[in-house]
Amino acid sequence: MIKLTLNGLPVSVEEGVTLLEAANFFGFPIPTLCHMEGLSPYGACRLCLVEIGEGPKAKLVTSCTYPAEEGLKVRTASARVVKARKMILELLLASCPQSKIIQDLASAHEVRQQRFRQEHEDCILCGLCERMCREQMAAGAIGFRGRGDHRSLGTPFDIKSETCRLCGGCIYVCPACQLRCTYTEPDKAICGACANLSPPCLDKPQFNDMMCYMTPCVACEIRKD
Amino acid sequence: MEKLKSVDAFKNLQSRLADSIDLSKPTIVISAGTCGQASGANDLIRITKRELLTLGLSDRIHLRITGCHGYCQAEPSVLVEPRGTFYPKIGSQEMVRIVGATAAGEVVERLLWKDPNTRKRIERLNDIPFFKSQKRTILSQNEKIDPIRIYSYIQRAGYTALAKVLEKSDPRSVVEEVKASGLRGRGGAGFPTGLKWELLAKQPNGRGKILVCNADEGDPGAYMDRSVLEGNPHSILEGMLIGAYATGASEGVLYVRNEYPLAIKHLIIALRQAKELGLIGKNILGTGFSFDISLVRGAGAFVCGEETALMRSIEGKIGEPRQRPPFPVQKGIEGKPTAINNVETWANVPIIINEGATKYTEIGTRNNHGTKIFSLVGKVKNTGLVEVPMGITIGEIVHDIGGGPSGRAQIKAVQTGGPSGGCIPTSMFDLPIDYESLTAAGSIMGSGGMIVMDENTCMVDVAKYFMKFLKDESCGKCFVCRKGTQRMWEILDDITKGKGTLQQLDLLEELALVVKDASMCGLGQTASNPVLSTLRYFREEYLAHVERKFCPATVCRDLFTYRVIPEKCTGCALCVKVCPTGAIKGPRKEPHNLDRSKCIKCKACYDVCKFDAIAGDAIIIVPVSDGRGGN
Repeated sequence: MIKLTLNGLPVSVEEGVTLLEAANFFGFPIPTLCHMEGLSPYGACRLCLVEIGEGPKAKLVTSCTYPAEEGLKVRTASARVVKARKMILELLLASCPQSKIIQDLASAHEVRQQRFRQEHEDCILCGLCERMCREQMAAGAIGFRGRGDHRSLGTPFDIKSETCRLCGGCIYVCPACQLRCTYTEPDKAICGACANLSPPCLDKPQFNDMMCYMTPCVACEIRKD
Repeated sequence: MEKLKSVDAFKNLQSRLADSIDLSKPTIVISAGTCGQASGANDLIRITKRELLTLGLSDRIHLRITGCHGYCQAEPSVLVEPRGTFYPKIGSQEMVRIVGATAAGEVVERLLWKDPNTRKRIERLNDIPFFKSQKRTILSQNEKIDPIRIYSYIQRAGYTALAKVLEKSDPRSVVEEVKASGLRGRGGAGFPTGLKWELLAKQPNGRGKILVCNADEGDPGAYMDRSVLEGNPHSILEGMLIGAYATGASEGVLYVRNEYPLAIKHLIIALRQAKELGLIGKNILGTGFSFDISLVRGAGAFVCGEETALMRSIEGKIGEPRQRPPFPVQKGIEGKPTAINNVETWANVPIIINEGATKYTEIGTRNNHGTKIFSLVGKVKNTGLVEVPMGITIGEIVHDIGGGPSGRAQIKAVQTGGPSGGCIPTSMFDLPIDYESLTAAGSIMGSGGMIVMDENTCMVDVAKYFMKFLKDESCGKCFVCRKGTQRMWEILDDITKGKGTLQQLDLLEELALVVKDASMCGLGQTASNPVLSTLRYFREEYLAHVERKFCPATVCRDLFTYRVIPEKCTGCALCVKVCPTGAIKGPRKEPHNLDRSKCIKCKACYDVCKFDAIAGDAIIIVPVSDGRGGN
């Protein structure tokens, strides 16, 4: 067992446990976006930052990748962490305002302003879909290409992948995407499998009046037919 | 080439080669690194060869083609040994004269280097201020060695450090020696090399350990590593061999960026020759020690200089960093323990072994031992590679070695550490150069880029330039670095275009601090330095851009305009002649008219209008807002 302190609380965890798992277990919630149980930790969204160490050596690390170490002093919501987290949410909101998950996170963390030029990107490159496809579906149909602001996700040569089984796993895990779901144009789809999902608004009429953030919406397309 | 089977066989070869050096024989040394070749060294080599043959001097005069000597401003340069006569900027005709004079044992006085201050000519290389103030332990090897001949390296005591280590056969003592020398990683972060080796040596040797030479030098305006790779490739191989012996590594990888074709060529030749001689491979010099080195070419991503990204690139994957721990020393390339050192670090290792750690620690200051190579570029008289002891001040480098400002404008700042470094103002020029002081000043040592800026440089524009570089070169994996650099660039772009607000300036600073804190790898963590350091030392320039909408250095073209003062214009029509777009018109002897819709703000008219004695400058630069009146 490894002994460490979480927000001043002395705890002990088993070896190999990440700080995120430890914090969640002991009731200190840490927001995440690119993390999902069953997929390998990636550390790209930076939302799960925690502060470790003391004095001038204190630093921010991603709790989803950092293993619990003996004697570590972890702060999951120090001023430094909160400041960074809020800025990250503001940046996320500026790039991808239509994502329900990001909106909820931003509101939960009291991000009340968005000072950057508004963008409408459909992807935050969290890499969940890529890992889902490769690790859980053993397909590897999609991947990253390019770097910097030219980085994007897609199939090789942007044509329909032969290894893709249209399982829909990528769309299921995506916290932001909607435009990549091209159900209405099945030929262009990365997977096109959202046809297999059953959107709640189809059989639950109360969803009718709610603002839907899916465009094009699968359910509406089906209803039209 | 016959394979050397024992340490004694190597020593025999070495003493035989060393004895054959004839120090009295005149030797023409031509520096032909990439920079030398680009400025015409190949022509000089051809002419020298032709002259030596036609005059029948081949037996009396040696010709040695070497790597770069470091004085870029003077390329193509020629050095004549044994006197050490240095001829800068030599043309083809002059080369003929130098060959003739060397044969006659004379010196061509009028081709020697001329001191711009005293107007005196200086003959010997070591007396020229640029070289005199340096401590060239690594770079001075460049002019003595022909990089494509291993015998040339062995002749100059090459591979003796390796032989020494192999003979002593105590790997532990090698690590101790490097630790005692206090050598710190020259790639920028300054991690103690000895400690890194010790950590690697302690790792279980299950599937083998790997040593990597990081030669992915991507900073704009920095080329120290290239010069060592091109001029002295064997010193790096020797350093890696010693490192492998000390740590028990069995594989070595040279990761060189593909933009360095000459360095790659020289390394391939060096590897082949060392393998043929039995210095690399299995059972080296009959001691049972085996180590193999391979070469991997980088595909041009700046981020691949970061060690975790570099490892992925060597594995053949997309070059993007990963979060540490596990550290490369625990889990590196293909899961094997890996230690990565910079080119310059490896080149220091044979020197430490040969001279001993005690002597090495005499150079430099406490905790910062040895020398460091900087590439001094920008607005100074003497640009080039300078090797100086740690702890020297920035002012000494810029003024004593660099020779002060190149133009009439005063020097304003020095940017150290490449795109992730910061700008240090002249008021801090007595800052000693070491890892800690530079970090405290908001910059970094980095790999050793040093860009001098004068008053014609706009600091906001500089920050914007580096941010553009970083935003394009960020791998894009971690969100903070990708979006953060992009947003910082956006704000800087707004400011240089006169659209910035004070709120944006605060936001810029806030964002920069978060990017520094929250990024995954070294690129993101230092990406804010250009912004933070310029904000810290040159805030008034930012304010001028934001509040007055004016660029004091007249670089940001959207923020100023040109205007003719009719009362002062004598109508000389000089400006009319130089204007490339025909924006200035007007009959002679009458005040000219400047058409702003055609003006491209090239500054040609402003530079040419100099009637100081009569009316002062008749063309002035004014902020856009003031530019409505007048002509």
